[in-house]
Amino acid sequence: MPNSSDTPVYVTDALIAEDIDAYLAGHEKKSLLRFITCGSVDDGKSTLIGRLLYDSKMIFEDQLAALEADSKRVGTQGQEIDFALLVDGLAAEREQGITIDVAYRFFTTEKRKFIVADTPGHEQYTRNMVTGASTADLAVILIDARKGVLTQTRRHSFLAHLIGIKHIVLAVNKMDLVGYDKTVFDRITLAYRAFASEIGITNFTAIPISGFKGDNITALSENTPWFKGPALIEHLENVEIAAAADEAKPFRLPVQWVNRPNLDFRGFSGQLASGTVKPGDAVRILPSGKTTTVERIVTLDGDLDEAVAGQSVTLTLADEVDCSRGDVIAAADNPPEAADQFEATLVWMADEAMIAGRAYWLKLATQSVSATVQAPKYEINVNTLDHLAAKTLELNAIGVVEISTDKPITFEAYGDNRSLGGFILIDKLTNATVAAGMLHFSLRRAQNVHWQATDIDRDMRASLKNQRPALLWFTGLSGSGKSTIANLVEKKLHRMNRHSFLLDGDNVRHGLNRDLGFTEADRIENIRRVGEVAKLMSDAGLIVITAFISPFRAERDMVRSMLPEGEFIEVFIDTPLAEAEKRDVKGLYKKARAGQLKNFTGIDSPYEAPEAPEIRIDTTTMTPEEAADLIIDRLLG
Amino acid sequence: MTDTLTHLDRLEAESIHIMREVMADAANPVMLYSVGKDSAVMLHLARKAFYPSPPPFPLLHVDTTWKFRAMYDLRDRMAAESGMELIVYQNPEAKARGINPFDHGPLHTDMWKTEGLKQALDLHGFDVAFGGARRDEEKSRAKERIFSFRTASHGWDPKKQRPELWNLYNARKAKGESIRVFPISNWTELDIWQYIARENIPIVPLYFAAPRPTVERDGLLLMVDDDRFPLKEGEVPTLRSVRFRTLGCYPLTGAVESEATTLSEVIQEMLLTTTSERQGRIIDKDGGDASMEKKKQEGYF
Repeated sequence: MPNSSDTPVYVTDALIAEDIDAYLAGHEKKSLLRFITCGSVDDGKSTLIGRLLYDSKMIFEDQLAALEADSKRVGTQGQEIDFALLVDGLAAEREQGITIDVAYRFFTTEKRKFIVADTPGHEQYTRNMVTGASTADLAVILIDARKGVLTQTRRHSFLAHLIGIKHIVLAVNKMDLVGYDKTVFDRITLAYRAFASEIGITNFTAIPISGFKGDNITALSENTPWFKGPALIEHLENVEIAAAADEAKPFRLPVQWVNRPNLDFRGFSGQLASGTVKPGDAVRILPSGKTTTVERIVTLDGDLDEAVAGQSVTLTLADEVDCSRGDVIAAADNPPEAADQFEATLVWMADEAMIAGRAYWLKLATQSVSATVQAPKYEINVNTLDHLAAKTLELNAIGVVEISTDKPITFEAYGDNRSLGGFILIDKLTNATVAAGMLHFSLRRAQNVHWQATDIDRDMRASLKNQRPALLWFTGLSGSGKSTIANLVEKKLHRMNRHSFLLDGDNVRHGLNRDLGFTEADRIENIRRVGEVAKLMSDAGLIVITAFISPFRAERDMVRSMLPEGEFIEVFIDTPLAEAEKRDVKGLYKKARAGQLKNFTGIDSPYEAPEAPEIRIDTTTMTPEEAADLIIDRLLG
Repeated sequence: MTDTLTHLDRLEAESIHIMREVMADAANPVMLYSVGKDSAVMLHLARKAFYPSPPPFPLLHVDTTWKFRAMYDLRDRMAAESGMELIVYQNPEAKARGINPFDHGPLHTDMWKTEGLKQALDLHGFDVAFGGARRDEEKSRAKERIFSFRTASHGWDPKKQRPELWNLYNARKAKGESIRVFPISNWTELDIWQYIARENIPIVPLYFAAPRPTVERDGLLLMVDDDRFPLKEGEVPTLRSVRFRTLGCYPLTGAVESEATTLSEVIQEMLLTTTSERQGRIIDKDGGDASMEKKKQEGYF
């Protein structure tokens, strides 16, 4: 293989052959660096990785034989070995000739082990790059020396910086094709520096390489005598690992699992997100704020004197304090904050666009909460870095948003602590991971607006009325009979001296929600407001009845989660679409069918029927009177 | 700053973290146990993750009845030592039809392993299954997620996998869907061996060289492990000093000639060897280059 350097870089073979135990002892002490490679299509990413694997002897004879055969058959390098074929894994992409997903590769040098995330440069795959970058300590940004800084170079650099990668390598590749010209390298480096400082990258290491020919990969190349180093591998072997830097930060352990083999042992298992911990250290449990001290650090190999960031351990505590999955055990004198409203950057990763106001699951460290996202403050154009106005975020869009959670979460700014500042959003219906997020800070209104404790509480108000508050939430298609039955229920309750209030869909839209239309986002906001009003009324001790189509399961569940357990009673008025359309009391179906009404539930907007409603009313077999009696029976019985 | 934790420490911590995360969302998890060296490491990590509790799930061995006898011995011993329940599943249809690697070719793997695994998971209603696959083993595995979603029919769609960011795993799933979790995804073959040495983990003796009765067939050295091995005319089992780099069904697993009788020597041979680990396995070669990817879409692990 052409290698422009005569210096043998890998001297391990001799040691392996002569003294395997000495080799293993040395190898066992190696540290681990994770990095990503990114570049545009044809910048030579796969070739570079193939080269790293080849030079570090990670390619075996049988693989090489297959590679040589493949190179001749489908390779793009004529009769020479096409290293890219080594790493382009899935059949689909071998046919298309592009990398379509994140692939992880492994190699070892004298000093370190490496995990490489091979991330795609293709336009529509921002999400894969963010995924690969999220676990990386370093990013290698590839540039084709013939092309210079491209739009995609800027995009990749921005993303690497956004995800908090501290070490950036600018690998100016294909130097062999520009005659190893120093001025080309200098010009590209200069252009990159100007752009990098714009986005806040203050430091990067530029290296002129040829992945194909092997220049400046393992050793300095004679073809670039003007370049003083370091070679790529040498640099990778010496940069600081992010997790090692985390040891200097305050102690945090997100609790994953409570270990209770018997009544005498209660341990809290988790991986240290930052800092170090010793038996006897004072700790604070969050969010409760209770303090205690660490008793033991328990492992199968015996108790430890100390644990450091990155280790998975089990702690026992000196006192019997409440602590469960999702809690964070932290340094008592330097705990993280808790809050329920944040500003964050979101990278949208799903085909279905973000819906402002919809509730998603938010997972941060070991905490899972329900969270709603407001319409973006702005979207960031990753090519120009301009801030754009946006109502939503589409696949691969990046934006800054405000998020509120249904209960406080323990967090730190992403820039301070990746584990306590990075989160994902999960769609409640499809369970898909739809976004990655990075928390900036909690919003002042969350910090400073505290709950005012009042002396008269909801139980006292309810007992004065001699009733248990409840929310009867009617849902069903337009014309299913919700309002009719709800009205009957309220009349009967009134006769029974129960204090009630009926919130009707149409009536609310004349006042409280007159500013809302019928788009998906507006319908969600409509339900959220009604939910909040219903909650206030139930706090006042009332039996609240609502009659809204409320077509989306996620929003009904959102209201359910606002109320105390058992108070939300979902009443599904189950009328088949054909039947509701036949009745068409308000003539709306006719209009919708004629195309005069947009976003009409059941026609051109979906209705998600409840999966397990507390009460289901089949209006094809029951009169409104019978239905009302049944509902009251269930409510009071 | 010096690095306090070595690469093995970091890999261990990551694997333990993954196993504990599974416990947050799984209703009925199980650990697939194939008795090989990767399974041995995975089991050891599970014991560490939950100590002093025993791992809170059973072991499942999807048996083909054609494993090496030494594998069955170690399997039973490790199940007893770990205090975990051992479930052995053999596909009844494969059993009834007498499916075997000599007469049935690819159908053997398909029925005993692929179908057997699906049947066992369905029968017990397991929603999460730990597997010991590693990303360095094979090209299509390099792209697989740590949490890999399977449809209700156990299919794998490489385009529908969820992005995995940081160490946050989304283990939510709909009814009927299941997840295969690969806690040692980021380990390499060398990591596995070195960890076995560091932690003193028991492995099947077949990984070490010893004189064993073998025949050479289709370029592979096969061990005649019991009298079900149909010898072709003129074939006489010869005692050779051999060991195995990977273990599966004995008629499908090629041995390498070796004198390595200690872990250090095995690692030494591995590092100096010039062929890749799966080379001794027939399974990757059925159906050409994309064979593992295809098998996975059909539900093979």
